[in-house]
Amino acid sequence: MALSTLGNHSVTTTAVERAILGKGSDSKGLIFKLLVGSSIAFALLVLVVLLFDVVTGAWPVLTGRGADFLSSDLRSRASESGVFQPLRGTFWIGVFVVVFSFPVGIGAAIYLEEYAGDNVFTRFIDLNIRNLAGVPSVVYGILGFSIFVKFFDGFFPNSVGQHAGKTTAAAGITLAVLALPIVIITASEAIRAVPQALREGGYGVGATKSQVVRTQVLPYAAPGILTGTLLSLARALGEAAPLILVGAVQDKLGGRTGFFDFAQFGEQFKALPITITNFAGRPGDDWQEVTAAAIVVLLVLVLMANTAAILLRNRFEKKRG
Amino acid sequence: MSDHADDVTAEPADAPRAVFHVEDLRVYYGDFRAVTDVSMDVHDNEITAMIGPSGCGKSTVLRCFNRMNDLIPGARVEGRLDYHSIPLYDHKVDPVEVRRRIGMVFQKPNPFPKSIYDNVAYGPRVAGNKKGLDDLVEQSLRKAALWDEVKDRLKNSAMGLSGGQQQRLCIARAIAVSPDVLLMDEPCSALDPIATALIEELMVEIKEDYTIIIVTHNMQQAARVSDRTAFFTAEVDPNTEQRTGLLVEYAPTDAIFSNPQDERTENYVTGRFG
Repeated sequence: MALSTLGNHSVTTTAVERAILGKGSDSKGLIFKLLVGSSIAFALLVLVVLLFDVVTGAWPVLTGRGADFLSSDLRSRASESGVFQPLRGTFWIGVFVVVFSFPVGIGAAIYLEEYAGDNVFTRFIDLNIRNLAGVPSVVYGILGFSIFVKFFDGFFPNSVGQHAGKTTAAAGITLAVLALPIVIITASEAIRAVPQALREGGYGVGATKSQVVRTQVLPYAAPGILTGTLLSLARALGEAAPLILVGAVQDKLGGRTGFFDFAQFGEQFKALPITITNFAGRPGDDWQEVTAAAIVVLLVLVLMANTAAILLRNRFEKKRG
Repeated sequence: MSDHADDVTAEPADAPRAVFHVEDLRVYYGDFRAVTDVSMDVHDNEITAMIGPSGCGKSTVLRCFNRMNDLIPGARVEGRLDYHSIPLYDHKVDPVEVRRRIGMVFQKPNPFPKSIYDNVAYGPRVAGNKKGLDDLVEQSLRKAALWDEVKDRLKNSAMGLSGGQQQRLCIARAIAVSPDVLLMDEPCSALDPIATALIEELMVEIKEDYTIIIVTHNMQQAARVSDRTAFFTAEVDPNTEQRTGLLVEYAPTDAIFSNPQDERTENYVTGRFG
């Protein structure tokens, strides 16, 4: 009896052993892992090569002139030319995007997700917002030229002549409109991710709809909303095509106005992406170095926006517990 | 609204007061009829249990009592549902005020991602009550039998509590607005037996102050804590294959479990199905 039990036992053991020890390595799984691994390796490689190329190209200017490069005017000689006006232009365009597209976009998202019902009309609006996010940016430039440039014609006291409306304000609002659909979509998605149980908990103790939105939905969705909106800001800062149509210029400096001088909004504006394109078209190695340096300045600006997004998101997520 | 409350005195003084009077209640989601034929009186300072198999509409009915179904697009309630003689689905009734009087505890503990203190103080705060919150928070937590466990960490996040503690916090949060009725939607289904026992004990203690309606999957729970039990089941329409929930039997809990009048109730409580 004991023997046969032992025998049976060993038979089962071999069967189990055979099954769980497997059939060697999982070659298909390995190939898949290699494929996805090489995708990330390729993406990183391209990024590193680009960054390395730009930074080495910009190195002489960045180390040689440093802060002087940021505070110098645009000049016709590479060794003297800085990026003060385009940096200032891009900074203020960013401020316009933050001031106009963030509140309006987040507000629209709250309305769509929390207040608007689900019907043909709202689904039509939703679809169109998604389409707007995919519209080529140059189309926004045409819109900016035909509406905002006209609107700001004569708006500022010091803006005169045939380019009167082509101001930082017009450019900023054009890019704010460009960023708006992306802000709405990302904010909507963040709001949609708020657990229904939280809303029910709020309603369950007698909160009104607006109280639930303000005290439950928005705090919970804040990290997602912030990440999305700041990424859309980063995208807007890098746009060149719409700015060409709205009337970005490279020269026509006018008087030297300060970084925070209100009068600059009436001047024809400059912006980093345009300046980079312009610099890149000039002959000579010295201009190539200045181009690379301007690219580094724009990259740092965009990286700062992204870093702010990450820091704020972490802070809000910690708060969320 | 308060002047309507006088209507209640029309009833005999010694009869248990009906907090809810339900007559031929039907709930629809769009064209789909989810629940039908619900008629019952819920008495004050009693625990009323609603039992039945999954999909029989007991949670749906529970969510009618504080107009929580309003949040579901397409949900529609027909028939009569009176709260202290006031038709709850009258267009003049403000659902926010209803929910301040008829609190709710949900199946899955859903504390807000805020501190323990802020969770309990949330209801009073949204009602515009900003004074004496410290005392109110303490009283509510004491009533929910949670005070001793959390009194030293009121400022900590509620998400750090155990499941059972979170559910008691949700009860404290609900009673902080001093409601008249507490609706509990399977409050123990996500909890272990010890936490469940604590909550059941708590329910029996606080029924002196509140009218409690509880939906439960657990028949023993209904038998242990409730005064009256409503048995729901679902019937499938042979043509459309849609399941519609309905109230089969509503009686004192003893009667439901020891002497059910309906065969379907008997089959369910004796464990032959469900």
